[in-house]
Amino acid sequence: MDFKYTIEGGDFSRAGHASSDVKKLLKQLNIDNQLIKRIVVALYEAEVNIVAHAKNGVIDVSILPDQVFIKLTDQGPGIKDINLAMQEGYSTASQKVREMGFGAGMGLPNMKKNADKLNIESTPGVGTTVELTTFIQ
Amino acid sequence: MKVSDLVEKLELEVYSGENGLSNLVTGGYTSDLLSDVMGHASENQVWITLQTHKNVMAVASLKDLAAVILVKGFKPDADMEAESNTHNIPVLGTKQEAFEISGKLYGIIGKF
Ligand SMILES: Nc1ncnc2c1ncn2[C@@H]1O[C@H](COP(=O)(O)OP(=O)(O)OP(=O)(O)O)[C@@H](O)[C@H]1O
Ligand SMILES: [Mg+2]
Repeated sequence: MDFKYTIEGGDFSRAGHASSDVKKLLKQLNIDNQLIKRIVVALYEAEVNIVAHAKNGVIDVSILPDQVFIKLTDQGPGIKDINLAMQEGYSTASQKVREMGFGAGMGLPNMKKNADKLNIESTPGVGTTVELTTFIQ
Repeated sequence: MKVSDLVEKLELEVYSGENGLSNLVTGGYTSDLLSDVMGHASENQVWITLQTHKNVMAVASLKDLAAVILVKGFKPDADMEAESNTHNIPVLGTKQEAFEISGKLYGIIGKF
């Protein structure tokens, strides 16, 4: 089963919308609750990163018999040094974004912790692709 | 313990999400950083914060939290209230600071 969402950079009023929808879908499919939690934490962080850091993006969700595979592709500034960005506490979030409680530099570490596989590819000045894989049993 | 028990014992204001007053409470988490809560809070905890915007409710509902308590007399934005009603997660309030209300909550339910 495949689902697609489009994300607008800067639109915090809809941030988390796709994650919430995916959570509902996974519940309907009777996927284990703890597994849903991990998938949703990783997806939310990736979704918010497009809103906070990129211009726009798409989320492709594939629900397969043995795994949930989510690919987030954005157009934006990209990430110059992915290892640095992965460090807890590293953030380039704007002051406005920080005032809302984002910008702790914990999103990528949360993705790493909660997805079974995290793959990030980025071209500075072009955009970023994040792949989250979670195996179902 | 239910959210309604906390409202009574801690004399909290109820701003929205009344349908969630029967939600089960097993603990609490105090933080103003959304991805900290995303990474470390657990289901059925009460979230103590000064953040008053609707993204708080997105995190609370994805994590299946029991309720949100706003500190220092802060009131929820209108769209935060609306999301709270949609998800049946009450937004509560107190004039106390996070330290005080967290301490009292800990005293009542401990850390599970
Ligand atoms: N999609 C993206 N496009 C461009 N830069 C990104 C993207 N995702 C992450 N980054 C960069 O990596 C940094 C760390 O990301 P991470 O999600 O860990 O923290 P954050 O978004 O800054 O704060 P938090 O997630 O805790 O609210 C960001 O501040 C940003 O510089
Ligand atoms: Mg982030």
